[in-house]
Amino acid sequence: MSSRERRSTADSQARARDRSLLEGLRRGEDEAFRALVDANTGPMLAVARRFLRNEDDARDAVQDAYLSAFRSIDRFEGDALLSTWLHRIVVNACLMRLRTRRRRPETSIEDLLPGFLENGRLAVSQSAKRDRADHVLEARQQRALVTDAIDRLPDIYRTVLILRDIEGFDTEQTAGVLELSVPAVKTRLHRARQALKELLDRQVFDRLEAAKNQDSAPLVQTAEEVDHEMP
Amino acid sequence: MKCREFVEFLMSYLDEELDDTARSVFEAHLNGCRDCHRYMEDYVQAVELGRSVCREPAGPVPDDVPEGFVQAILQARRAVGSRGK
Ligand SMILES: [Zn+2]
Repeated sequence: MSSRERRSTADSQARARDRSLLEGLRRGEDEAFRALVDANTGPMLAVARRFLRNEDDARDAVQDAYLSAFRSIDRFEGDALLSTWLHRIVVNACLMRLRTRRRRPETSIEDLLPGFLENGRLAVSQSAKRDRADHVLEARQQRALVTDAIDRLPDIYRTVLILRDIEGFDTEQTAGVLELSVPAVKTRLHRARQALKELLDRQVFDRLEAAKNQDSAPLVQTAEEVDHEMP
Repeated sequence: MKCREFVEFLMSYLDEELDDTARSVFEAHLNGCRDCHRYMEDYVQAVELGRSVCREPAGPVPDDVPEGFVQAILQARRAVGSRGK
């Protein structure tokens, strides 16, 4: 069976499950709501935590999302999966909350964008010059570093990065939910990615330095120099 | 092309949005400038890392949803959602 066939089988199974669940929801059956909430709350919380970085806010957003979903369950068309529909709703609930909540002090994005010398050349930072040893960080450490770096991005950049690179919205959809123009989304996404790169450079560099200085069981095992050759 | 323009057009290049002329100017810089070459590789890697971290099954998808939270949601549902019956 090809992967596409497998996917479409899984998809049609999910649709069949949705159909019977939806009947229960529309009849107001408690078990149907329980099943819906059991299946979707984990993933929805994960989305909300990424956007809001705060457990209380994340839970409030998920609760808001459910309430708005429950109110509009009669209008759910069934052209998307229930999980996809809820995903869209929780993303919107998070964006709403981000717009209204008090701004937290944030790193300036300017500090994270590349600098240039007077002659227009890239000013390569110390941390970007490090050896290519990132890949020998353990997966768990690497995940923690990346999550932490995403969390440090200023809200307006983090939001675009999450929507485009993580939640799978395309540029037009992102522009739509954020009420921005397409070029504005592209500019923000590019800056967000540059800032993420810089943050990762710095964090990995710091780790490597710390490991070097400790001179004990290092985080980084001996890696071959992976310095690339220019063509 | 200077590094500054290279970095500015990097995303458009990766998204294949540059026209032929712009692309060949871009690639000429890419092939001649070690720093920008490295910058592009690290940029692409950062994007990939961001994507993969959140997709991984062992990633931050919580299986620890507190029962109290689920109950609060279901209770709120009964408060709003009984009009259908
Ligand atoms: Zn350059």
